[in-house]
Amino acid sequence: MDGDMGEKLATVDLKAEYESSGVREILDELDRELIGLAPVKERIRETAALLLVDRARRDLGLAYETPTLHMSFTGNPGTGKTTVALKMAGLLHRLGYVRKGHLVSVTRDDLVGQYIGHTAPKTKEVLKKAMGGVLFIDEAYYLYKPDNERDYGQEAIEILLQVMENNRDDLVVIMAGYADRMDRFFAANPGFRSRIAHHIEFPDYTDEELARISASMLENQGYALDEGGRLAMEDYIRLRRDQPHFANARSIRNALDRARLRQANRLFSGDAPVDAQALSTITEADIRASRVFSGGLDIDGSRRVDAD
Amino acid sequence: MRITQGCFSFLPDLTDEQIRDQVEYILSRDWAVGIEFTDEPHPRNTYWEMWGNPMFDLKDAKGVMMELDECRKAHGDSYIRINAFDSTRGWETVMMSFIVNRPKSEPGFRTWRMEADGRHIRYTHELVG
Repeated sequence: MDGDMGEKLATVDLKAEYESSGVREILDELDRELIGLAPVKERIRETAALLLVDRARRDLGLAYETPTLHMSFTGNPGTGKTTVALKMAGLLHRLGYVRKGHLVSVTRDDLVGQYIGHTAPKTKEVLKKAMGGVLFIDEAYYLYKPDNERDYGQEAIEILLQVMENNRDDLVVIMAGYADRMDRFFAANPGFRSRIAHHIEFPDYTDEELARISASMLENQGYALDEGGRLAMEDYIRLRRDQPHFANARSIRNALDRARLRQANRLFSGDAPVDAQALSTITEADIRASRVFSGGLDIDGSRRVDAD
Repeated sequence: MRITQGCFSFLPDLTDEQIRDQVEYILSRDWAVGIEFTDEPHPRNTYWEMWGNPMFDLKDAKGVMMELDECRKAHGDSYIRINAFDSTRGWETVMMSFIVNRPKSEPGFRTWRMEADGRHIRYTHELVG
C-alpha cells in the first residue's frame, strides 16, 4: 500500500491486505497458542476486520476518522486477559494503528501517587512510556474509590480521560478486571464507558480446556503427565474449581509448579539412578498429594494439612 | 546574534517534525533523552536547567514531544535543547545535543581584551543585549 500503486488506488484487495499486513499471522498465533476463549477470538477477528476495512477506506480516500480503539477486557482471574492484550498490541501495530506496538502493563500503584501533586507526574510518566503502544491497566476499578472523595485516583482518571480523547492516534488504552466490578466502575465514570468502544468478555475455561492448558504448559517446560497423572489432573481441576480463590489457568500453573516440586522431592528421596524419562514425567502421586484432594485449601489455618 | 551550539545549529531551525525524527533516532539507539533550558547561552555555561527527569525508557518520540511542548509553554522565550545520553559502560556521555527553541531576540557577545602579567593578553566574552 506504500505508494506502489501510483497516486490513486482504485481498488483494495482485502484478502491480500489481510495476508500482507501480518494480521493473519497474529490471528493464527492467537488460535494456536490460546486454548478455548472462542468468543474472545471471535471478537478480535471482528475487530481486525473492522480495522482492515477502515484502513482500506483511508487508502481509497473515503471519509475516515481514527476509530476509537480503547477497550475493556472483563473476566475472572487467569482467563488470559494480559496475554490477549499482548496479542492485541501486536495486531494494532501490524495494522498501523499504533506506531510501536509495545505493551505497558500497569496497576493503580503505577498511576496514583501518595501525596498531593504526586499523581499527575506519575501518571504522565506512565503515559509517556506507553506512547506509540498499548497501555494495559489491570484491575482498573481500583483507580476509583467512591468511599474516599479525596482519593488521588480521581486525578489519574481525569488525566487518563484527557489523553484517551486527545491522543487517540498515539496510544490505545485497555482496561481489565473482573466483570462485575468493572461494570460498577464504568457506571461511576461514564466518561470511560463512552470512550471505550470495544468491551470484550473473557469466559471461564471449561474443565476440558484447563486439562489441555495444563498439558501444553507442561510441554513448554519439557515435562509430561503419564496416564495416571492425566486422570489425576482432571480430578484436580474438577475439585479445584469449587474451592475458593480459583483463578483458572493461573491456578493450574501454580498446581503444576507444586507438582514439579513434589516430583523433584520424590526423585531425590529415591535411591535408584534416574533417567531422562523419569526426570520429565509427572505421575499420579505428584498430583494426588495436593491438599485439594484432602478437602481443600486451609485458608484460615484452623486445620493443619501437611500436604500442600 | 544566532547562537550556534550542538548539532544542526548552522542549519535553519528544526521543525517539530524534524525534531521528532531526531528523537526517534535517539530512541532507536537506546539513548536517554533529556530536555534542558536556559536564558544564558554563554559557551561556558555548560549545565543548563533540566526540565523534568531524564527519560530513560520511552519507546516513542511522542512522549518527548509532549514534554517539549510543556517546556515551551513554561519557558517559551528561552533556549531549549534536547540531549541524548548513552549510558553504555565506557561511553556514559552525551552523544547528541541540539537546540530546539530560541528566544525571540538572541543576545550577542562582546569581547573584552585585558592585559595581564608579563604583557600577556587575555580575552573574555560577555553576553550583551
